[in-house]
Amino acid sequence: MPFDVVAQQPKLLYLLQGVAAFAAVVSLILLALHRGPVRRRAAALVLLAPALLLLTIGLLVPGLRTLALSFTDRGGDTWAGFDNHVWMLTDHRALVALRNTLAWVVLVPLASTAVGLLYAAAVARSRFRAFALSLVLTPMAISFVGAGVVWKFVYAYRPPEAGQIGLLNRLVVAFGGEPRQWLVDSPWNVLFLIVAMVWTQAGFAAVLLTGAIRAVPAELTEAARLDGASPGQIFRRITVPSIRPTLLVVLLAQAVGTFKAFDIVKTMTGGQFGTGVLAHEMYDQAFRYGETGRGAALAVLLFLLVTPFVAHRLRAQRRTG
Amino acid sequence: MNGVRERLASRAFTSIAVVIALLWTTPTLGLLLSSFRPEEEIKTTGWWTVFGTPRFTLDNYGEVLSGGGHGSGRLTEHFVNSVVITVPSVLFPLVLAFFAAYALAWIDFRGRDALVVGVFALQVVPLQMALVPLLKLFSQGWLFLPAWHLTGPARFGQVWFAHTVFALPFAVFLLHNFLAALPRDLIEAARVDGASHGTLLLRIVLPLARPALAGFAVIQFVWVWNDLLVALTLSGGTAETAPMTVRLASLAGTYGNEWQRLTAGAFVAALVPLLVFLSLQRHFARGLLAGSVKG
Repeated sequence: MPFDVVAQQPKLLYLLQGVAAFAAVVSLILLALHRGPVRRRAAALVLLAPALLLLTIGLLVPGLRTLALSFTDRGGDTWAGFDNHVWMLTDHRALVALRNTLAWVVLVPLASTAVGLLYAAAVARSRFRAFALSLVLTPMAISFVGAGVVWKFVYAYRPPEAGQIGLLNRLVVAFGGEPRQWLVDSPWNVLFLIVAMVWTQAGFAAVLLTGAIRAVPAELTEAARLDGASPGQIFRRITVPSIRPTLLVVLLAQAVGTFKAFDIVKTMTGGQFGTGVLAHEMYDQAFRYGETGRGAALAVLLFLLVTPFVAHRLRAQRRTG
Repeated sequence: MNGVRERLASRAFTSIAVVIALLWTTPTLGLLLSSFRPEEEIKTTGWWTVFGTPRFTLDNYGEVLSGGGHGSGRLTEHFVNSVVITVPSVLFPLVLAFFAAYALAWIDFRGRDALVVGVFALQVVPLQMALVPLLKLFSQGWLFLPAWHLTGPARFGQVWFAHTVFALPFAVFLLHNFLAALPRDLIEAARVDGASHGTLLLRIVLPLARPALAGFAVIQFVWVWNDLLVALTLSGGTAETAPMTVRLASLAGTYGNEWQRLTAGAFVAALVPLLVFLSLQRHFARGLLAGSVKG
């Protein structure tokens, strides 16, 4: 069946309508601003109203409703007290998801920042900097879903008598080992998902840290070099301390991103074999099993866990500018 | 002595970088090569064997694009959906956040500081926190808001809405940081000349803010195009409205692993963000630097 262009027309028409309606709203706002000397308060109100209205209807109120829903039952209508919170902290599957989330949040930021830092230190003063950075940033552009597919392929398993199509099992066999089902064998499968996540995040760390390293005054490293410090010493004693604020921002931002990571688990294992994480478990409960109350309780937990990291990050970022 | 040690150390750094670069590109390369291999070969031999016996085909791409074979997998339809979802989901928050950031940075009014803190603070709310009530809002309404009962292409509307809302706190934060750092004299001078806020906004601040706007636009584009969670929950999941990520994720979950479709599909889905990213990498990096990661 060939691709039917006509069937796509309603979508494109809807797109045009949407953009046109938005353009009309924007024109009205600009018109209001242009009409003579508008009072400051009025001007601010006109400019802020759309964003504030959307944030209230789409984020603030839903957030509060989720908080309320976490105290209701499956359907979200009847009061259930702390049932969902008790379930969350006693149910085996929920606890596994919680344990995995902690492993993710500790390992992903540390590993990807370490890789990013080493890479940044090597390429920061290189002529090929832009190219080198684009190599490690590519995983970010191909999406978490794409990254999930890439690594699922690396981990692909075939029985020992068949030829291996996954790179990892091919290497294991080459060194005389038995091929394994990397994504099935718990609890190590969690680690293999984490590797995929680190792979998507290291480029982000490398870009930010390269910028920070390039901002370290050359006189500082030059003076140390003349004093006879080795490159390793310069790296540890001068470069790393100088970029500490950026390191903190990178670690915190990645911790936040990791808490919310959902796509990789969804794509690679669907949360099976004990690989679930909070964000994925929340999706399953709320949208696959129709457990509104439980899903809401998990969302609230996620919110509580993320908050200190975001708050700290915003503060750290204000300092670094 | 020192010189030798230095050269050794710099060589060590370089070789670490080469190893990292290899580890970071080989898995993608393997998938890319596989996407051009015949189906039965993908499923029986490793991609590294193509260097010995190169045999390539475009069949996999033909299959995912025009949907021969079984399943409902015509990626071209989902591609159109991705475009229809992404364009407004970048444009709307970009413009609205620019307006809001301008007001918060350059108009003095009572309660402004509290509002700045409030909007910034909303960045702590993960989108998971809003999804269930949003879905209810669309289907049942809330207080004075009627139920939307969106069907067909109109479902795109709720995806635009969600992406716009979720992007706003970060976008306002990023743009406000940039706008607040613009030289005060410039804007004061124009104001003394009697320029309205409309003129200021369009003629003076907009051209200056272009780098920040571009940075946000690129990040938001890649974010929305690659999003799976909002798409799964709000786009309806059918070929009529679901973007490519949803289709790809469901292919990845299929039993028997249809590698020939997955490999080709992954690259069709990644093509646009890769092009955007490679051509606008400067803005992407600047956006990352300015706002750290969003989400």
